[in-house]
Parts: sequence; structure tokens; C-alpha cells
Amino acid sequence: MALVETRDLVKKFGDLTAVDHISFTVGRGEVVGFLGPNGAGKSTTMKIISGFLEPTSGSAFIAGHDSHADPILARRHLGYLPEGAPAYSDMSVAAFLEFVAGMHGLSRATANNRLAELVERVDLAGVWNQRIESLSKGFKRRVGIAQALVHDPDVLVLDEPTDGLDPNQKHEMRQLIRSIAANKAIVISTHILEEVEAICSRAIIIAKGRMLADATPQQLMERAPEQGSFAITISSAQPQVAVDLLGAQSGVARIEIVRHSNGSARLLVHAGEVKPNAQDLISLLGRSNIVVEEFYQERARLDEVFRQITHSVAGH
Amino acid sequence: MMKSSVRSLILLRGIDMRTIGLIFRREFSAYFATPLAAVFLAIFLALAAGMCFFVAGFFDRAQADLSGFFLWHPWLFLVLMPAVAMRLWAEERRSGTIELLMTLPVHVWEVVVGKWLAAWAFAGLALVLTMPVWITVNFLGSPDNGVILASYIGSWLMAGAFLAISSCISALTKSQVLAFISSAAVGFLFVMAGFDLVLAGLRSWAPPLVLDVVRSMSFIGNFQRITDGVLEMPSMIFFVSLIIFALWLNVQAIDVKKAA
Repeated sequence: MALVETRDLVKKFGDLTAVDHISFTVGRGEVVGFLGPNGAGKSTTMKIISGFLEPTSGSAFIAGHDSHADPILARRHLGYLPEGAPAYSDMSVAAFLEFVAGMHGLSRATANNRLAELVERVDLAGVWNQRIESLSKGFKRRVGIAQALVHDPDVLVLDEPTDGLDPNQKHEMRQLIRSIAANKAIVISTHILEEVEAICSRAIIIAKGRMLADATPQQLMERAPEQGSFAITISSAQPQVAVDLLGAQSGVARIEIVRHSNGSARLLVHAGEVKPNAQDLISLLGRSNIVVEEFYQERARLDEVFRQITHSVAGH
Repeated sequence: MMKSSVRSLILLRGIDMRTIGLIFRREFSAYFATPLAAVFLAIFLALAAGMCFFVAGFFDRAQADLSGFFLWHPWLFLVLMPAVAMRLWAEERRSGTIELLMTLPVHVWEVVVGKWLAAWAFAGLALVLTMPVWITVNFLGSPDNGVILASYIGSWLMAGAFLAISSCISALTKSQVLAFISSAAVGFLFVMAGFDLVLAGLRSWAPPLVLDVVRSMSFIGNFQRITDGVLEMPSMIFFVSLIIFALWLNVQAIDVKKAA
């Protein structure tokens, strides 16, 4: 059973359609990255899933409960980190987490056990009795995560969990998410693409409220324009010779001379439908006595794919 | 919206006292998390006593009652109660915690009631701290303590009505200042409802029945009937009904914002 499901979600703010027919499901064990440019409708979609906003049409389900018709049941299964990780700044970390645990209906004993575990897991021991307003951004974000985990929910919806964290904190946050991913359904929104590669089993790309892709990071990479192409630096005064040689190879669509100076040239070999074989290209150049200084296989980058996909609607 | 409000009313029976208690505790202690509570209580006590002893001439009147003390409560509350309630919802909206709060497995009703109760308890604390005035009057003479008790209860209920109205208005904005000013303005209409200032605007066109209804909603009129020791019950019921109605509107205000 899908733990999170949206069916044809639409949300309009006046004339603006912020969310435009978004449908997807997330099962247990999945970490779905919600990607999109700013203002794409990521946060609005998450607010609807959590039940904070009502959709104009369509519905959202958490563990099978409609988050609007059946909000209490749905929310029992939900851990939610709103955008910006809001928390009551006048409370201590301990008081705040105890408050949230109580609101989830945990008994005092259960709450204490859970909190003791979370202190370790989210590393909050050092600030346990500190007021939230005095915490650094990284700790505030951790408090937000702890708050979402207090009742050990099946579903986690985290709106930009690593926003504003330094690289070390980002790394820790990702490790934390990975460590709890196995028996939960997790949706995180982000605009950091490396994050998707690092923790997500699936990525959903939205722009202008519409879903443009729903695929694994690997599948998305295969759409990258530079997938399977090569960057080759040769020492040759006449790179055109190499270009002609390589251009005749099967799988080579197009060759660019990116740089040509001081008897050395950098070529970019774009692949066609069938990828050329790296070994073949190297031995071909070797046979023609062209000295290869560098030979890279270009790695597909998700941000290229992202740009390509989101640009197709940006013109609207 | 209609559907959800009917649902809220049905759920009222099954309100989880624990949730209300948690909200109440959080909100009540929030007052004391900053110096605000101390400042507020000091101002309230200074004004309440000052008005009683100096403006109303407590000693010159040489009467053993507290009518000069209670006389000023509608005016004091008009300014001070919006200050107590303005942060209840506006602060949640400004800081974004409302998103956290309203995605917990709780009913809107429980939160609305818990928050209002915290503010009301705070107002109650302020009233309790005026006890020395009551002790003084008992020391100097023998007042009708039944009337004084009724007046305290009436004053607390009137404070509750101001707070419920202010809480409802606070739910509509993320600006505490705006919440304060709007609540004081609406409160002013209720305070003055029995006076020409409000009635004159209606007299030219509204039927007499409307005038009577508006006049009957006057805070000053209702409170005076309580402090005079006559006809306390209808006025107490008026304040209680107004509190319930304003809190119901408060729930609607939250629901409407959700769909917007």
C-alpha cells in the first residue's frame, strides 16, 4: 500500500494555479525528492499533503487516510517539517519536544523513551535545556526533525530539511534521513541536486505547479545531454585531423573544438544514440600518432537534466 | 466550511481535555517567558488601584463598597485585554508555528479553547492580585461581600469576552499591532453600545428592536447591572454567550484561512 498518495491535486490562489494536477504515490522504504525551481509549488503541495492547506480539487492520503476528510487519523501517521523549521522560540528544546509528544497523545513514559532515543539520534544533548531562540540554524533544523520523529511516524514530509545548513550539517542530516529511511515513506523537497543523488530513491520534478518527471536519479541522468560523451585533450597543431578521424566513428554525433592553443586542443565528443566505445577512440588516436594528454568520460550531471526539463515550461 | 463547522460542534463533545491542557500550559507559561507578564500585571494593578483611589475618589466617598474600583474595568480591559490576546494567533502566523500546530493530530476547537483559557487565566491572575483593594475596604468598613464576589466574577467574564473577541481577530492577521488595534476598536463598540455614540448612528434607520438588541449588548450596561447587585444572571449569561460565539468565530477564521 502506498503510504503517501496524491490524486489530481490542484491548488489555486486567485488566478494563480500553484499546483496543477499532481498525482504520485510513495511506498514504504522510498525516499522521494521533490525538485523544482523556487515557486514551483513544492511547498504548497507539501502543505496540502500535511493538511495545512485545503486543495482546490483532488485529494491527498497519508497511510490511506484522506488528509482533509480524516485529518486526525492522517496526522497520526505523519511527521512534518514545515518550511523554515518553525518552533516555539520561547520554549526550551526539552519542553518543546515534550509538548509535541503530548499533542501526539504519547504517554509520559513513552514520550520519555522516545525523546531519550531522539536526543542521541539527532544529537541534541548539548542544547537540551536551551531556549530554541538561542540555537544556531543547524540545531533549530535538528529540533524540527526531532519534532517530526517524536511519534515514530510511517510518513515523513520534510520541506527543505537541509536549507541553510553548512556542509557538515548537511552531511549529518542526510545520514540521519538515510538511517531512518528503510521502514518509512519519506518525501523531501529540495533544490539541491546533489542531495537527490545522495539520498533519494526517486525524484519528482515539478515546475509551474506541474509534474514534469517522476523517475529514479539514474533514469534522469540518462536524459542528460552529456551522457556518454568524452572530453579529449590532444597535443596536436592540427586538431582537425583528429576531428575527422573521430567523426567517422560509429556513435559519434558531433565534435566540438572547445579550446585550441599552443599545440594542444581540447575536443568535446558528443555521443549519438549508441555510445561510442572509449577504448576504440583511444586506440584510434594512438594509431594515428596523436598524443592524448587527457581523456575524460563526461559524467552526467543532474542539474543539466533539471535545467533541460524545467526550461521546457519556463517560457509559459 | 459549513460541513466542517458542524463537525467541529459535534466533536466538541469529544474534546480531548489533555490536548486543551497542553495548549493551555504552553500558552500560559509563554506569558511568563518574557518580562511582558510582569510589566502587564504591574500596569494593570497600578491603573486599577490608581483609578479607584484617585480618579473615583474612594476615600472621599466614604462608602464601604468597590463600585469605584469596578467602574473602570471596562475601560482598563478595553486596552489591556487586546494586549493579552493579540499574540495568541498572530504570533503563530508570523513565526510559521501555526503550520506545525495545525498539522498535529488535534482539533481546531481544542487549540482555540486552550489558548483562550490561558489568556483568561492570566486575566484571572491579574484580578486576584487586586485582592488588597478588597482587604482594604473590609478593613475600613463592612461592604456587601456578595456583591463584590459577583462583581469579580462579572469582571472576569467581561475580560473573557474581550479576550475571545481579540483572539478571534488575532487569528486573521500575522501582525500583532493590527490585531491589537482592531480588537480595541471592536471592543470599543461593545463598551459604548449603550451610548449615543453608537446608537445615534443606528437610530435614523434601524427599527427599535435592533436598537434594543444593540443596547443590550453594551459591556458597560451589562457590567453595571452585575456590580449594582441587581439582575446579575442575564448579564452573566450574556458574557458567557458572547465568549462562546466569539470562540466559534475564531474556529471559523482558522478554517477559512486554510481554504484560502
